[in-house]
Amino acid sequence: MTAIQTPNGFTLNDAGKRIVVDPVTRIEGHMRCEVNVDDDNIIRNAVSSGTMWRGLEVILKGRDPRDAWAFTERICGVCTGTHALTSVRAVEDALGIAIPENANSIRNIMQLTLQAHDHLVHFYHLHALDWVDVVSALKADPKATSELAQRISPWPKSSPGYFHDIASRLKKFVESGQLGPFGNGYWGNPAYRLPPEANLMAVAHYLEALDFQKEIVKIHTVYGGKNPHPNWLVGGVPCAINVDGVGAVGAVNMERLNLVSSIIDQTIEFIEQVYLPDLQAIAGFYKDWLYGGGLSATNVLSYGDIPEKANDRSVNNLLLPHGAIINGNLKEVHEVDLKDPEQIQEFVTHSWYKYDDEGRGLHPFDGVTQPNFALGRNTKGTRTHIENLDESAKYSWIKAPRWRGHAMEVGPLARYIVGYAKGIPEIKEPVDKLLTDLGLPLTALFSTLGRTAARGLEAQYCAHLMRHFQDKLVSNIKAGDLATANTAKWEPDTWPKEAMGAGTTEAPRGALGHWIKIKDGKIDNYQCIVPTTWNGSPRDPKGNIGAFEASLMNTKVENPDQPLEILRTLHSFDPCLACSTHVMDKDGREVTRVKVR
Amino acid sequence: MATTARPDTFYDVMRRQGVTRRSFLKFCGLTASALALGPEFIGTIAHAMETKPRTPVLWLHGLECTCCSESFIRSAHPLAKDVVLSMLSLDYDDTLMAAAGFQAEAMLEDTMQKYKGRYILAVEGNPPLNEDGMFCIVGGKPFVERLRYAAKDAAAVIAWGSCASNGCVQAARPNPTQATPIHKVITDKPIIKVPGCPPIAEVMTGVVTYMLAFDKIPELDAQGRPKMFYGQRIHDKCYRRPHFDAGQFVEQWDDEAARKGYCLYKVGCKGPTTYNACSTVRWNNGVSFPIQSGHGCIGCSEENFWDKGSFYDRVTELNTFGVEANADKVGLVAAGAVGAGIAAHAAISIAKKKDHEKETQE
Repeated sequence: MTAIQTPNGFTLNDAGKRIVVDPVTRIEGHMRCEVNVDDDNIIRNAVSSGTMWRGLEVILKGRDPRDAWAFTERICGVCTGTHALTSVRAVEDALGIAIPENANSIRNIMQLTLQAHDHLVHFYHLHALDWVDVVSALKADPKATSELAQRISPWPKSSPGYFHDIASRLKKFVESGQLGPFGNGYWGNPAYRLPPEANLMAVAHYLEALDFQKEIVKIHTVYGGKNPHPNWLVGGVPCAINVDGVGAVGAVNMERLNLVSSIIDQTIEFIEQVYLPDLQAIAGFYKDWLYGGGLSATNVLSYGDIPEKANDRSVNNLLLPHGAIINGNLKEVHEVDLKDPEQIQEFVTHSWYKYDDEGRGLHPFDGVTQPNFALGRNTKGTRTHIENLDESAKYSWIKAPRWRGHAMEVGPLARYIVGYAKGIPEIKEPVDKLLTDLGLPLTALFSTLGRTAARGLEAQYCAHLMRHFQDKLVSNIKAGDLATANTAKWEPDTWPKEAMGAGTTEAPRGALGHWIKIKDGKIDNYQCIVPTTWNGSPRDPKGNIGAFEASLMNTKVENPDQPLEILRTLHSFDPCLACSTHVMDKDGREVTRVKVR
Repeated sequence: MATTARPDTFYDVMRRQGVTRRSFLKFCGLTASALALGPEFIGTIAHAMETKPRTPVLWLHGLECTCCSESFIRSAHPLAKDVVLSMLSLDYDDTLMAAAGFQAEAMLEDTMQKYKGRYILAVEGNPPLNEDGMFCIVGGKPFVERLRYAAKDAAAVIAWGSCASNGCVQAARPNPTQATPIHKVITDKPIIKVPGCPPIAEVMTGVVTYMLAFDKIPELDAQGRPKMFYGQRIHDKCYRRPHFDAGQFVEQWDDEAARKGYCLYKVGCKGPTTYNACSTVRWNNGVSFPIQSGHGCIGCSEENFWDKGSFYDRVTELNTFGVEANADKVGLVAAGAVGAGIAAHAAISIAKKKDHEKETQE
């Protein structure tokens, strides 16, 4: 093809060399990325493909709506719990069930726990190696590393001896020749910019964060019994409260509340003394690498989450902001109506599904999904050995959702842009401070680095909100309210013959929605549109590219054999492919059985 | 990158990473107690670890949700960090590895060649067989192809979680992708099933550590699960069992009985039919488990648990076997059949060294 202008403002040109990254690692699920670079190794065409499909909503059809949380929770074990919460909210919306205040506080604490945990693990274990050169850390001087660490944070593990120990362990590990997960990384690539001391500090914190993350999730274990995949309940939460009487040890009691409280304190401390100082230090070395903005400067979407009061979905009651921004106009934040058939629609022109009329989009209440694995004429390779995809045809297991026809970015950066545009002080002030400290303008936020920074700031905000809701829970108990579940409409014979509802959360990766139709006490239709469906979407019938593809455009790749920059920008979204690729066949479909050999 | 002629032993690596002899022995003691073994086994574990190289592990992902990986990194004893960096060599794992694309593929190839017949294949998720396998594509090819390929020269295969062991949620009716448990596509290797959605972290690391320490696969039940962790029902060791025996039940969520921690049987608890270690090992370093936090067990380590009615339906077939009855006995009697066991003692030798074969215990 010659150059193509997309309606959302990008110029695509596939004339240059094609680079394939498959598998894209350090993500959840399976994903492939192909790009074309020009003679200067600048990306001029980007193709992102979701390469798995599980069909969970097909499986949900005909089941008990009260069980749906457990099924949908298994959409993703990384953002564990957020689908379950979205699901119970959708069922409660459909059936008109109000939950007790304590249940709202406990649900919020669990959701915020997920945000803090997920952001921390993403930064250190899925994303850091895009900025941090592990091998360079071998050259670090422990004393200089200690000085660096002590300059940026009061975190106590910062002595020269500590970093000397880490450095010698790392050296011996590398010399063993069995590099395990660090094997074959892009070490030494010129796109790595940290001095050895910053690399060593980051490696130390990679290991500390791996140890610490398992503590945060114990909050899920207290309230939900386990992590990953804690338990939830339509109508409230399953854990009862008993702080006084006989049998208190069988419920949420003072010891349990103290355990949660102590973990919240530790979480705030780790984020503020390790995560954020590291983030700012690393950003300082990359602040002129401002690629990767993609759609963030123009179109972002957030449903909002963390209701202060129970059962109130109004915009002002949500502590994570709600709204959509289009065409880069920060002065106007639009309200989003999940039930308006004209607003959210999904398209499949370039997805491996079939619609009767593929020029049209469908609202999730009327969603149809018929798998249709077909490759374009210009595909290189065969049906089961793909070398290059043909993006002019179908090329992904992800559908293309659009808001009023616009491709949108979702996630921490989207939430922070919406919050910033609304002037919410808890969001705007930390953003302004970080930008000032780094000497960067607001526009620098619209970048890979901005996405990574927003996630860190959000982790801090969420950790403090955990404290807020834990305190609120305790004061509500003190006021004599022990209720954790509303069972008035538990039995299906109390339900209307037909009902429909929608539930939302802000998952760590962005706006998440579930839509349910209930008929005769069973699920008649179930649809999810998840964050990575938005971000990882293929092209739509008009040719708009999605957020992943947009973010890669015009990025310079230092060494096309080591496409570090591609990983860096894709990882900044924290892709979750198991989430994104499982939409429903409304009418069921004939399943071809194949013989198991 | 440098490679050494002789792979380092586990002990070498631990010592070189600054672990003292004393800490090492303490670790062996903790491992022994984690495996419910007596102090007499500490020496056995120590000797095995002193003489063994780090075993390469290739960890593949099919159709799954990554909850098994997430659970694994929650392990408190041993720490996930120590397992991944010191005890074994995690040469391939899409979720954690630095490399991507063809550099990642090269890691797989290198280990398969260099450690032919001596690496462990760990599988999270399962292969879909419909649509020529293209419901799960890795490197442009069907995942099932990669699975068969990587299994070919493995010493043993671990099926992490319910997806790999039983099919789990994507295999629930009507299983639109024909998601298939791995033992149906890998038929010539010992497979250790570690079911659960996900399995408990310390059970996962316990199984791996057992294999490294004793140089054999654990004793398995007829379904292929390690008896040491899956030999008893949750109900058998549940701390709420006295309330069951006394007829004290939660009748409705958040009722007085729920606040007193009574038995959850009437609100659907599947503890009486679920074989797992939740009521003994518990979750997240022993903090709690589903029943302790007020929700019934949903039976996530049992085959087809998604298709056995609502999670809130009461278990109707309460068998009367005592605590001694494991899944095999219950299953055999229930099926009216005898003698269906499998050879679970096919001890495999992973990266074996002649001088410690005698250490294997049975």
